[in-house]
Amino acid sequence: MIAQDKLVIRTIQFGMLAAMFGAWYIVTRSGGTLKLFLPAPELVWREMGVLVRSGQLWSALYVTVVSIIKAYAIAAIVGIAVGFAVARSRTLVHLFEPVLSGMFAVPLTMFFPLFVLFFGIGPDSKVAYGATYAFFPIALNTIAAFSNVDDLYLRASRAMGASGWQQFRYVYMPAALPVTLTGLRIGFFICIASVLGGETLAATAGVGRATALAAELMETAKLYAWISFVVCMSVMLNLLALAVETRSERE
Amino acid sequence: MSPHKIRLVRLLLILGVVLVWEFYARVFATSSLSAAPSQVLAELWPKVLGEPRVLNAIGVTLIELVVAFVMSVVFGMLIGVLVGLSDVGRRSFYPIVLLLYGIPQAILLPLFVLMFGLGPAGKIAFGFSHGIFPVIVNTIAGMRNVNPLLMHGAAAMGATRFEQLRYVVFPHMVTAVFTGLRLAMTMTLLGVLLAELFVSQGGIGFFTLLYAETFNPSALIALILTLALMAVALNELVRLVEARFSRWKE
Repeated sequence: MIAQDKLVIRTIQFGMLAAMFGAWYIVTRSGGTLKLFLPAPELVWREMGVLVRSGQLWSALYVTVVSIIKAYAIAAIVGIAVGFAVARSRTLVHLFEPVLSGMFAVPLTMFFPLFVLFFGIGPDSKVAYGATYAFFPIALNTIAAFSNVDDLYLRASRAMGASGWQQFRYVYMPAALPVTLTGLRIGFFICIASVLGGETLAATAGVGRATALAAELMETAKLYAWISFVVCMSVMLNLLALAVETRSERE
Repeated sequence: MSPHKIRLVRLLLILGVVLVWEFYARVFATSSLSAAPSQVLAELWPKVLGEPRVLNAIGVTLIELVVAFVMSVVFGMLIGVLVGLSDVGRRSFYPIVLLLYGIPQAILLPLFVLMFGLGPAGKIAFGFSHGIFPVIVNTIAGMRNVNPLLMHGAAAMGATRFEQLRYVVFPHMVTAVFTGLRLAMTMTLLGVLLAELFVSQGGIGFFTLLYAETFNPSALIALILTLALMAVALNELVRLVEARFSRWKE
């Protein structure tokens, strides 16, 4: 019964994918002005090959990936440090948590021109923007994780003579890890999105810039090729995150 | 500490940050790159908010935002309910929705502008594509959270499928759906602003670019703060509506 359900579900999913590509193919065959906005699939495929072989993909990807890694490293380290420091006392949590979550509710995109103003049009402004955006979910989740550790465990471990370090290693860490990891995952995807978004808005290099440039020059096949690369990568990253999550849940 | 005291300390903290910023901007910073809070306030009125073209741009952005948000809510809930109605439907389409949700949509921005043009349509479409996903995801999650016992109870008492939806499923979805709506409001605003900044032909994008390129940070910060206040107000509005729709629980 369950196996049969799974078959139906997979059929629907692949059917939808096939229908989408089929519609794309047929629409581009029929021609018309639509061709300008929707190049044929095989043209996009050829353009993807050109981008890979000419090395344009790798040089753009290098800039973007380095920016993402830098931004994420800053966000993760500062976010966890701030989150942990704030979670040390209940007063600090009451003091800072509303401020941080209030700031996170405001779309930081508006501040992007300021980042460009301060850090220039190079990758630095994207690193700073991505780091700022990813900082909030990481810090907020770290605060939530460490401030919700059951008091009973803390008192019990202290009564049994655990040192500060032991308490951190054997009580705080295991209790706070899942929620902190959730924050790190959300922060990671926000980091990617904001670095790419920043590059699309104002940059000199990177995948986002290449996409925007292809659109400005009306090279639609190239535009779709860049988009396809990003979509493929994001789907793979999401599946990876899902696999890691189901694995850690099982343990 | 008592809640009142904490609120006071928080206020003092924010005040302290503003003072440090004022001090830093006046003593150390370059005037073409940063501005003191007092200068920002001086710029806010009449230069920024007194300028009819800026007000017009803010108004247009607000309209784009509202249209995109309403469309996200209507279509998102419709799709969410349709997908969430059956178990097979949910399990087939939910993963697809999640994968689409995971794509960094900023990369699609040039395509949206190419398809919908430089006017409000492109911004509305981009805001809509940001806002619809949280609504779909949370609607589906909300439908799943209804206690099966209540459904069986209603069915046993002779409720039709529609009555079950109207009187059991929908009231229980309120919390989850409003989480989605609040997220959708933030995301729609993000999408609209991203598109506004990308298309700097008119509207807010034009003015932010103008202020940034002419090294007029006080005006830039004044405009940004106005938009930030707008965002906070809109978030509070959604929260108020949520409180109205959650009254049945009390």
